[in-house]
Amino acid sequence: MNSSLRIDNLRSPLSGPFDLTVEAGTCLSVMGASGSGKSLFLRMVADLDPNEGEIWLGNVARSSLSAPDWRRQVIYVAAESGWWRDDVAAHFEPSQRPAAADLADRLGLPPELLGAQVARLSTGERQRLSLIRALVRNSPALLLDEPTAALDRDSIGKVEAVLRERMAAGTTLIMVTHDPSQSEHLAHQRVIMRDRKLEPAA
Amino acid sequence: MNAISLTPLDLTIAASLLVADALASIVLKLNLHWKIAVSATRMVLQLAAIGFILRWVFQLGHPAVTGLIVMVMVLIAAREASARPERHLKRAGGFWIGLSAISLSTVLTALFALTTALRPKPWYDAHYAIPLAGILLGNILNATSLALDSFLGSISREKAAIEARLCLGTGFWPTITPYVRDAIRRALVPIINQMSAAGVVTLPGIMTGQILAGLDPIEAVKYQILLMFLLSGGSGLAAAITAYLAAWRLTDPRERLRLDRLKNA
Repeated sequence: MNSSLRIDNLRSPLSGPFDLTVEAGTCLSVMGASGSGKSLFLRMVADLDPNEGEIWLGNVARSSLSAPDWRRQVIYVAAESGWWRDDVAAHFEPSQRPAAADLADRLGLPPELLGAQVARLSTGERQRLSLIRALVRNSPALLLDEPTAALDRDSIGKVEAVLRERMAAGTTLIMVTHDPSQSEHLAHQRVIMRDRKLEPAA
Repeated sequence: MNAISLTPLDLTIAASLLVADALASIVLKLNLHWKIAVSATRMVLQLAAIGFILRWVFQLGHPAVTGLIVMVMVLIAAREASARPERHLKRAGGFWIGLSAISLSTVLTALFALTTALRPKPWYDAHYAIPLAGILLGNILNATSLALDSFLGSISREKAAIEARLCLGTGFWPTITPYVRDAIRRALVPIINQMSAAGVVTLPGIMTGQILAGLDPIEAVKYQILLMFLLSGGSGLAAAITAYLAAWRLTDPRERLRLDRLKNA
């Protein structure tokens, strides 16, 4: 299945309109000042905030899917991770746990973290585990909001390696980042958010 | 019944306790004497007014007047239930939710009692309908505002967790149901506590009143038991309606969490 994302006149009273296409297996990076509307843009793509316009995943229109079906295909990973149970393991289906353990290892997390209490995790550990929670679902597209903001250089490299591998397998990424070098070596297309509108990066 | 009738002098003597309270407030610098005076005056005026209104309504015996009185009581309760929670819905959402939950559960529970256990003739006899609606409303109001407060509070606190589940493709209702359940549970704690403490720790007000008014204790106890059943039934219904309506108000056809429909804290 083609997993390109084509955003067509996506707008809300607060921001947009946005028009752009992210080819399958590539990454669009969104940079810009805090408060310029980057997270708002990702939330609109994931249909978490009221918005108008159409988005195509390959040849499937967002309006033809129920909202949960769309969000299973185009998973938004928020900058601040949310947890609805006390222990990490409860956030994974039993069938997802082997893949989660494998990813945890590759992202530099000790295996026992998957059995830990969420309250005892550091910010960086939570951030990587919430990314793993999305990755194990093997969705065709991912919307990542500052996925490496709380991480050290070594861990950033590990996350980027996994993301590159996913892109090679056809996953489409839209990534908000504050790190120009990350944008430069990971993204195929780069845009900047200014006053809730997107412009091509210089 | 051989109730001892109270004279104005009896009440005046009892009011001396209040004067003692006010004096204590002045001596101990509690700064409460003004509040005590105002609230005691309010209480006397409000109760006297309702006494005369009820006497008039009972004499009239007209179902439309009884219905009107109950309606006014329901409206006031709905306003009170939506004012109490810490977080508020925009566009008077809390009032409409409160009004739906309170009116539906009060009317259903009262009708149920009036047509099965109490069976006055006619069934809408104001002697029964109005006091019954009053006691039901007091408890249902509590359950409604507790359910609303607990639901709106936990939803705004747990925004990140709820949206994390929505983002992974879980539907709105499976995601929100645990919070709905929790709100209902919290709303029912007072009535459950009241039931387990009744007769051991406290003598319920209605029963005490009836015994003071000269009714046989066993008869009074039977009334109290019936009331407790009605109150828990009505409260449970009101809490469930409130929590589900509030959840429904905070989502839309695209199964989003619409916290923009909450007023800023």
